[in-house]
Amino acid sequence: MTMTELFLLFVSSIFVHNILLSRFLGCCPFMGVSSKLKTAQGMGAAVVFVIMLASLMTWLTYNYLLVPLHLEYLYTLSFILVIAALVQFVELALKKLNPALYKSLGIFLPLITTNCAVLGVAVLNMNEGYGLVPALVNALGSSLGFLLAISLMAGIRERIEDNEGVPDSLKGLPMALITAGLMSIAFMGFTGIIK
Amino acid sequence: MSQSNFRIITNGILAENPTFVQCIGLCPTLAVTTSVANGLGMGVAATFVLVASNIVISLLRKMVPDEVRIPIFIVVIAGFVTVIEFLMKGFAPELNKSLGIFIPLIVVNCIILARAEAFASKNGVFASALDGIGMGLGFTIALAFLGAVREIFGAGTFLGNPVVSFEPAMLIVLAPGGFIVLGCFMGAFRALQAKAAKMKGLGAVPAEARPMGCGSCVMAKFCKKDASECEEAKS
Repeated sequence: MTMTELFLLFVSSIFVHNILLSRFLGCCPFMGVSSKLKTAQGMGAAVVFVIMLASLMTWLTYNYLLVPLHLEYLYTLSFILVIAALVQFVELALKKLNPALYKSLGIFLPLITTNCAVLGVAVLNMNEGYGLVPALVNALGSSLGFLLAISLMAGIRERIEDNEGVPDSLKGLPMALITAGLMSIAFMGFTGIIK
Repeated sequence: MSQSNFRIITNGILAENPTFVQCIGLCPTLAVTTSVANGLGMGVAATFVLVASNIVISLLRKMVPDEVRIPIFIVVIAGFVTVIEFLMKGFAPELNKSLGIFIPLIVVNCIILARAEAFASKNGVFASALDGIGMGLGFTIALAFLGAVREIFGAGTFLGNPVVSFEPAMLIVLAPGGFIVLGCFMGAFRALQAKAAKMKGLGAVPAEARPMGCGSCVMAKFCKKDASECEEAKS
């Protein structure tokens, strides 16, 4: 892939095919941990970190282990194991090497194992047949898109959370879903940028 | 069928409906409910994995050491997801194409891991199978219902046949429609819940009984590590 194509892939994975608002991957944390901006950013940062590592590891697993052994059909099983092991390992390493970072990101790490964004990006990279560099660019763009969307969402929710105007039955999750819908409409505006 | 077995099934459909009450497994719910057929297909695939993994996990429950149970559950679930993927590729290639990436992602669907953890690892094989059927049906019904609403109002068809005379709102089948339709139904569900509680003279529905995001998620107890941070995660 040329530099231009890589750049377009990067931009499109952040905005046009935003992982949360257009691909619907990782909705659980998007709804669950988006009521405070600070926590949302922590979660977003942890997701960027894990998606990057997981994409690298799953790409290597697929291309250097599963393909030579003709075991491509075992990708679901091996990807989830690689991700689960990776998350455990990152948690241990962070705890030992950087307690301050562990304190701010650590609580989100176990949640990330079952975050479909991580497995989703790995499977997308495989389905698209990306090489290592495009796969990593796609992973970076997708995870930055996650960080962007969850931060925007938390910023909006902080403002509407205690608003008297919101009907009682819509407070919390339903209102968050409707807000996400409106954000998704806004993000559809990016569709025209890239063919 | 005894009373309690029957209750295990209805529990999944009504009292603990995974979509409308527990609000888990949101990603496939939002992504594949663009038509009735897709919603049903996803529901059936998830039900298969749910029932099969509940049975196996229930059989294994006395052998699995507590510390490594989650990885073992995930391996069992991933095995059945691979099976359903092959079955769909072979027998329903069209459906497999339209559900795409969400078939392998059944592995990380919180409903399945949550039932393994909360039910199958503590109950007998028969009860676990029934629980899988109940939860699976509850999930399938919710997906088919959302799919029907979105297909009728967004595309003007039902199972592919044209049914409405008005101009359908395309937005409803696109990504934003998924969020908005689900949000509205969840709000309506809560309003009904509050009304029912009022009629019974119970007053306001306590916050804990309301639909929650990650409150019912299997991973919720991991994020309790830091209680203050988790307060926000629950609201």
